[in-house]
Amino acid sequence: MKLTGAEILTHFLADEGVEFLFGYPGGAVLHIYDAIDRQDRIKHILVRHEQAATHAADGYARSTGKPGVVLVTSGPGATNAVTGIATAYMDSIPMVVITGQVPTHLIGNDAFQEVDAVGITRPCVKHNFLVKDVKDLALTLKKAFYVATTGRPGPVVVDIPKDVTADTVDYVYPKEITMRSYNPVVKGHIGQIKRAVKLMATAKRPMLYTGGGVILDNAHKELAQLAKKLNAPVTNTSMGLGGFPASDKLFVGMLGMHGTYEANMAISNCDLMIAIGARFDDRVTGNIEKFAPRAKIIHVDIDPASISKNVKVDVPIVGSVGDVIKSLLREIKASEFKPNKAAAKEWWQQIDEWRAVECLKYKTDGDKIKPQFALETLYDITKGDAYVTSDVGQHQMWAAQYYRFDKPRRWINSGGLGTMGFGLPAAMGVQLAFPKATVACVTGEGSIQMNIQELSSCMQHNLPIKIVCLNNGFLGMVRQWQEFFYDERYSHSYMDSLPDFVKLAEAYGHVGIQVTKPGDVEAAMKEAFKLKDRLVFLDILTDPEENVYPMVPAGAGLDEMILI
Amino acid sequence: MKQKTKTDEEGMRHIISILMENEAGALSRVAGLFSARGYNIESLTVAPTEDITLSRMTVVTWGSDEIIEQITKQLNKLVDVVKLVDLTEGPHIEREMLMIKVRTSSNDSREELTRLVDIFRGRIIDVTATSYTIELTGTGDKLDAFINAFEKTPILETVRSGVSGISRGAKNLHI
Ligand SMILES: Cc1ncc(C[n+]2csc(CCOP(=O)(O)OP(=O)(O)O)c2C)c(N)n1
Ligand SMILES: [Mg+2]
Repeated sequence: MKLTGAEILTHFLADEGVEFLFGYPGGAVLHIYDAIDRQDRIKHILVRHEQAATHAADGYARSTGKPGVVLVTSGPGATNAVTGIATAYMDSIPMVVITGQVPTHLIGNDAFQEVDAVGITRPCVKHNFLVKDVKDLALTLKKAFYVATTGRPGPVVVDIPKDVTADTVDYVYPKEITMRSYNPVVKGHIGQIKRAVKLMATAKRPMLYTGGGVILDNAHKELAQLAKKLNAPVTNTSMGLGGFPASDKLFVGMLGMHGTYEANMAISNCDLMIAIGARFDDRVTGNIEKFAPRAKIIHVDIDPASISKNVKVDVPIVGSVGDVIKSLLREIKASEFKPNKAAAKEWWQQIDEWRAVECLKYKTDGDKIKPQFALETLYDITKGDAYVTSDVGQHQMWAAQYYRFDKPRRWINSGGLGTMGFGLPAAMGVQLAFPKATVACVTGEGSIQMNIQELSSCMQHNLPIKIVCLNNGFLGMVRQWQEFFYDERYSHSYMDSLPDFVKLAEAYGHVGIQVTKPGDVEAAMKEAFKLKDRLVFLDILTDPEENVYPMVPAGAGLDEMILI
Repeated sequence: MKQKTKTDEEGMRHIISILMENEAGALSRVAGLFSARGYNIESLTVAPTEDITLSRMTVVTWGSDEIIEQITKQLNKLVDVVKLVDLTEGPHIEREMLMIKVRTSSNDSREELTRLVDIFRGRIIDVTATSYTIELTGTGDKLDAFINAFEKTPILETVRSGVSGISRGAKNLHI
């Protein structure tokens, strides 16, 4: 059957199992939009800004594990999408972004709405393609999905010139694809696995440090088994939260710059670190020279380039983390591994002493709403079972600390790029994927204004997201750094001329509630979450001076953190 | 891309040979990787192989063992890269071609030049009333030495191909 390039695209996406296409139309993609209108197998979600389309697709991908798919026009459509592409790239999120392009004969002519989308996105994609002939379209799309979703996942851009979407060719859905230049390793090397288990058998103070890789590979069950077997404390990176149940007694909280005292002290004192699907990011390690100075390190990761990039490791294991943990468990069983009970007792005693510091305790103040309290209340009211998307700033760190995630794919935040404006559109993607679920977007009055226009998309698509805006009137995280490191010179971190968020929400057709007193937080949240089919904007005026603790100052080791 | 020449303090010099899909943009992926991550490039050459779907690229770089390990891993991660080898890990042959145009004013200088070209086993490939163009192939050091040998003769122009390399013996980079 002969189809146009535009029709091939819609057929292909449906055949590939794509539910939603997040997008925004324009000249270069008009043929595609026409084809979308003439089919009903994929649903197009119109946003109000292309950045939001990418974040929404990203939120969909993070919450479901399936690739998010985006369609934008050439030129400004493509450039607006770049922030979202880079956000997905930094966090290894599977995503396919279709960008329209000017007709092939005009490429390179500075044509209207022409940008070199392949060139601009090259440093922030896993791979990208320019399709010059409609004959290559279906196979290129297949490659794009294959590359985006396998190995270490990531965004892939497919740039399609307008004439290619009008040309016709026979379409057959390519079921299989192999690429001679791309073969991600899945199984871990057995020799390394044996070496790793030997180290585990002799460790006295083992520690598991796990990241987003566990979630991306759906390896949380395997991780739980390994942790139990080793009776080892588990810490998560911000990307890894939910990969191990926060309510488990083996969990010591998040590590890193705003990690818990017990996690950072355990890292600094362990004699064996088992890093799984984590990449020793600078926000995690603090001063790298002082990171886990007493430990032998085993590092499991699907990406060989992540291993020994920042920290030299003793046992590198390249492979899918789920597969490798299974092999480790098998090898542990085969080796009649017996944990050292006396050492474990001592290690746990030490950890309990660190826990007793209660680093997340905060001072309450009669008439100011403490952001930590608001998040604890959010946790209680949603019974710890909400999908929580976040923006970037203090509120993000507090959400990571105080909302205790027991399940993977529930905590959705821009960890690597730290993109303000991520939270609301990401919540849209989550709510579309799970229409009945409770979805909360924890944000700040700074971040929410970076994609506030999406309140309109939420109305159009009936997305009953609960926006929990911790409004401190400051670009709080910036203000905190200025307080600590710039003698309280608050250069441009004050959020002047804020809108009335309640009225703004109402203007878009939603419900807005402002909360000003600690005593009202619970009731307001209850009311908001009871409104199952409405978007509610909770504008919670929080203590403007509150800081995120503990904090490891730049250049310090993890055990040199500032406590409250 | 830091355009420096090799120095000993900054780690070993490595010649990395890469087989990659002969696709538009493949070169810029490699060049972009080096500039984005701040890796050094001494030279970079690329041309199609006997199989026109594949290009072979040779990158000469230098750095500590850790950096070189990262470079090879990051290159391998590029979706267009099929295979690569660090030639400097084993016995190998390295060649670069130089073309140099010099001014020749007198018969004396022409004779002297011809001798010099013979010593270095170069070839004169173009002659005019006032100039000679010479072709020379060898390692980078040999080309440097040749260029430095022109004391009195004015150099009008030089062009170097950048380094290509191949491993010694039967070992080969092939798919
Ligand atoms: C797009 C973007 N621009 C700038 C920053 C730098 N930045 C990090 S946190 C922050 C302040 C965020 O303020 P707000 O959303 O009110 O959150 P708060 O820290 O007050 O909780 C800024 C400006 C960023 N992360 N992203
Ligand atoms: Mg704020």
